[in-house]
Amino acid sequence: MTSPAPSPGTGQLLVEQPGPLALLQDLGRPGQAHLGVSPSGAADRSAHRLANRLVGNPEDAVTIEVTLGGLVLRAGATTFVAVTGAPTQLRLSGRLTGSHCTLALRPGDRLAVEPPARGLRSYVAVRGGLLAPAVLGSCSRDVLSGLGPDPLRAGDVLAVGHAAGPLPDTDVAPTGPPPPTLRLLPGPRRDWFDDDAWPRLLGTGWTVATELDRVAVRLQGPRLERRVRSELPSEGLVRGAVQVPASGAPLIFLADHPVTGGYPVIAVLTERSCDAAAQLRPGDTVRFHA
Amino acid sequence: MTRRLLGYGESAVLLECADLAEALSLVAPARALPAVTEVVPGARTLLLRLSAPLTAADRERLLGLPGSPPADGSGEVHRITVVYDGDDLADVAELTGLTPEEVVAAHTGQTWTVGFCGFAPGFGYLFGEHDRLRVPRRRTPRTRVPAGAVGLADAWTGAYPRSGPGGWQLIGRTDVALWDLRRQPPAVFQPGGRVRFEVAGP
Repeated sequence: MTSPAPSPGTGQLLVEQPGPLALLQDLGRPGQAHLGVSPSGAADRSAHRLANRLVGNPEDAVTIEVTLGGLVLRAGATTFVAVTGAPTQLRLSGRLTGSHCTLALRPGDRLAVEPPARGLRSYVAVRGGLLAPAVLGSCSRDVLSGLGPDPLRAGDVLAVGHAAGPLPDTDVAPTGPPPPTLRLLPGPRRDWFDDDAWPRLLGTGWTVATELDRVAVRLQGPRLERRVRSELPSEGLVRGAVQVPASGAPLIFLADHPVTGGYPVIAVLTERSCDAAAQLRPGDTVRFHA
Repeated sequence: MTRRLLGYGESAVLLECADLAEALSLVAPARALPAVTEVVPGARTLLLRLSAPLTAADRERLLGLPGSPPADGSGEVHRITVVYDGDDLADVAELTGLTPEEVVAAHTGQTWTVGFCGFAPGFGYLFGEHDRLRVPRRRTPRTRVPAGAVGLADAWTGAYPRSGPGGWQLIGRTDVALWDLRRQPPAVFQPGGRVRFEVAGP
């Protein structure tokens, strides 16, 4: 048995276990495209914002984006925490409790985020926000470029900022079921595809492939065929763009999308549907509607 | 080709232009519109990120404004030293009908301008003064291109700030740190910047 890790001091949290992937995120670093830098930020922005509101933080405070649970934190001081995103169970010093509410942690309390039964990403907000070195104005980890703080590791000690605003009056924010379908708008290159492509995009139950990350969700299903065969000169991309590379299998770009791309974008998700796309996990069936 | 404004989701539009020069000439007018929060140039487009929908007057302006003439090429010229020993130099020679020495001379003998950035932090798409080095991308992209690799694709040249996948024809490598967060600005290649490549000394 290894010796116990040093206790975090006041205003600190100890990461006992990070789980499969735990990253610091805020609302990203928009406005850096001229450097070839993606906006990044929390993949599920509404969940990130809600977590912050539940602990009385400004919405752009730094949270921990947790993929498939597994995160275990130990509090150094009395701390208010909220976990949102994929609905999941939490263990607060061994006691089972639910996500989507404001929790009070006493010094030494241990908080464990269980793997969610559905959905992918949880957001852990701490009252006062988490402090980390900013890169180009943001503490977000961009997995495509590697900009931002490193993924969390066991033994990391996170500094907590000072609380600004009041705690909210309501400390519970129940979450409903995910939307059955994701909403699309026609993309700038819809006319690059043949007449079957749009009905096929809307009419298929797409399977989410194993290879997904913060850059993109890849979908498996029928090929979307092009009418225009020439190469597309590189053009800007946005979060939620549904791009069809040479393989004919569409992908949905998420927060860490590249600044420009050379394959046609047939559709774009609405903002709310982008947040829902950030909760897709391998094997899920996803359908679109216009 | 006439300019078009293409819908791009709830918070953006794509302005498609005849070519890169026209697109770049519209960056400043586009940026000046109140609803535009960011302009992201591409090879012949401008992606406009919006805080509100464009007004009809905005749209008319973007579609009708004559492009402003290109800048007169004032400003610093970055000198990038290159060792021209890239794996694809021979292929580029064959594709262009030049000898490898003539490829190097064509690369170093013109001033290149950064059209736009994308793909990765610090990665610039540079256009030159003529078309003699126009080559297609590699049929099969490499899974790993070394950091500093200098390449060609279409009529662009560029250099990879760090190692990663890449499909351009590699003609050399540079030691210049193209991306460095400790520096302000962190990217050597910024839109509008001018560059000349030089054969690295012994």
